[in-house]
Amino acid sequence: MTRFVVRRLAQMLVVLFAVSVLTFLIFNVIPNGDPAVRMAGKTPTESQVEAIRADWGFDDSLPVQYVTTMEKVLGGSAISYFSQLNVRDQIVEGLPRTLSLAVGAAVLWMLAGVALGLLAALRAGRLSDRLLTVLALVGVSLPVFWLGALASYYLGFKAGWFPNGGYVPLTEDPLDWAHHLVLPWTVLAILFIGFYSRVLRSNVLDTMSEDYVRTARAKGLSERQVLLRHVLRNSLIPIVTLWGLDFGAVVAGGAILTETVFDLQGVGQYAAEAVGQLDVPPVLAVTMFGAFFIVVLSTVVDIVYAILDPRIRLT
Amino acid sequence: MALAFGALFVALVLCALAAPLWADLAGRGPEATNVTGKIEVDGRQVDVVSLDGTPIGPQWRSEYFLGADANGRDVMVRLLYGARNSLLIGIAAALLTTILATLVGLLAGYLGRWVDAVARSALDVIWAFPVILLGVALATALAVGGLQIGPFTLEAGSTAISIAVIAVVYVPYMARPIRGEVLALREKEFVEAARAQGAGPLRTMLSELLPNLSSTIVVFAPLMVANAILLESALSFLGVGVVPPAPSWGNMIDAGVERLVTAPHLAIVPGAMLVATVLALNVLGDGVRDAFDPRSRASWGARRP
Repeated sequence: MTRFVVRRLAQMLVVLFAVSVLTFLIFNVIPNGDPAVRMAGKTPTESQVEAIRADWGFDDSLPVQYVTTMEKVLGGSAISYFSQLNVRDQIVEGLPRTLSLAVGAAVLWMLAGVALGLLAALRAGRLSDRLLTVLALVGVSLPVFWLGALASYYLGFKAGWFPNGGYVPLTEDPLDWAHHLVLPWTVLAILFIGFYSRVLRSNVLDTMSEDYVRTARAKGLSERQVLLRHVLRNSLIPIVTLWGLDFGAVVAGGAILTETVFDLQGVGQYAAEAVGQLDVPPVLAVTMFGAFFIVVLSTVVDIVYAILDPRIRLT
Repeated sequence: MALAFGALFVALVLCALAAPLWADLAGRGPEATNVTGKIEVDGRQVDVVSLDGTPIGPQWRSEYFLGADANGRDVMVRLLYGARNSLLIGIAAALLTTILATLVGLLAGYLGRWVDAVARSALDVIWAFPVILLGVALATALAVGGLQIGPFTLEAGSTAISIAVIAVVYVPYMARPIRGEVLALREKEFVEAARAQGAGPLRTMLSELLPNLSSTIVVFAPLMVANAILLESALSFLGVGVVPPAPSWGNMIDAGVERLVTAPHLAIVPGAMLVATVLALNVLGDGVRDAFDPRSRASWGARRP
């Protein structure tokens, strides 16, 4: 077990290193002018440009530049080529917004997905099951940005039920915070609700035909107990691992579209704007941060899975 | 139900192919602007784009069937030409993903050892990026300079860039399950029999393993096309996909969202087309999966943009 954990952690570091190199290369093989000139501001003197160039090592070879840039990114002293703002500060500023969005949406999609999936499984084959299947398929087919834009306009701007985008910190006013986030949560969750309910439905149906469920019924347990204690508990394991991975992806920048449409100014939107300006340090930092989140969560999921299910080969 | 929706998808493709016919009928190409023009409505002359910039709504006749956009372009014509771009990119990207994923899955699963190690690391690295962030980063980088790989040149601003980016981003999601299946198949007797008869690795992979992977590939195909079309629209929406004035559903929605107040049809119509297309593919994929492999875990939703 220890060997397995150590090995997964080593793999994780290698993947993170490769991700950083790849991101760095993506933005360095393209012609994007002299970053030193852009960083120096509107009316730079020659010596200022020279100083920035020396500081960031823009004249050095690519590997040296990579090391300098990564030192700054990991050390928290990287600044944006354009806004000259500290990248770490910007991420720290955007993180509560992204987390607020991700946590709320994740809770919503888990609860709704499990409830609807269970309902569909219990009514398997009947009209309500068919209806839920259709709804789930529609849900996964809706583009987030389109749905978000329409919801924001019709329910927010026109009907006035919700604020028209923007974010209010939780510590400032919890009610207003939730009010601003209801639409983004729902829009982001709909896709996952459709998906999770389908996965849970097929898991429940699979589990119901297992021998131990028959045994539980034979013991005389009530249908309710069989369902909650035996069927649901076992059907939830794959869903929970999926949940961990999806949550990681959403925090890691997977919510770019939702954040942009509702103007939440989270980490994803920050990255999207930086990409558009070919602003390397923020993109590197957010990508590293995002990849870190995804890789750590998938490593944790693997390890937890191996603990829960000893049949899994430890490779 | 799956068949009906499959037919819907085919109908959409046919509509896209027939785009020039409708453009003839409407008398205007997809990029032809008409800001100052007037058309006759109920016997009166009406501005196509009014002085405050509001475009005319649907006319339900050949010219301006679905109204005009802010530049006086015919929305119906753009919708059909946009369908060409969106469907072409989606289908081509899904095809490329399928080819790459099958290749990687076969080689990694069958050859094992260092090939497997390299392939798995490469897949892990792509997989570690959030889908949309990697798509946006690659598309932006390539949009400026294009790319030259050996004899192939991806010109800056061409649809080939979108196709390549989307294809690469989705490879791990398909290559992983295929690799897993190859690992299981490799131990089967018929593979051993082929090897005992003197078949080399290439022959074993192509004539023994590949046919057995076909059901997995067929189950994945519609879902990959749906995912690719959605990602293309998201990239275009963020301004790094199809370059305006060339239309795609994504950049039409992007332009339409800014005019929701005065001309809601500009955002609603291309979005509805997008939903119809993706829904058709998802229902088709669902049906195909039930038919081929009811117990498979191929899934349509995971980690979409």
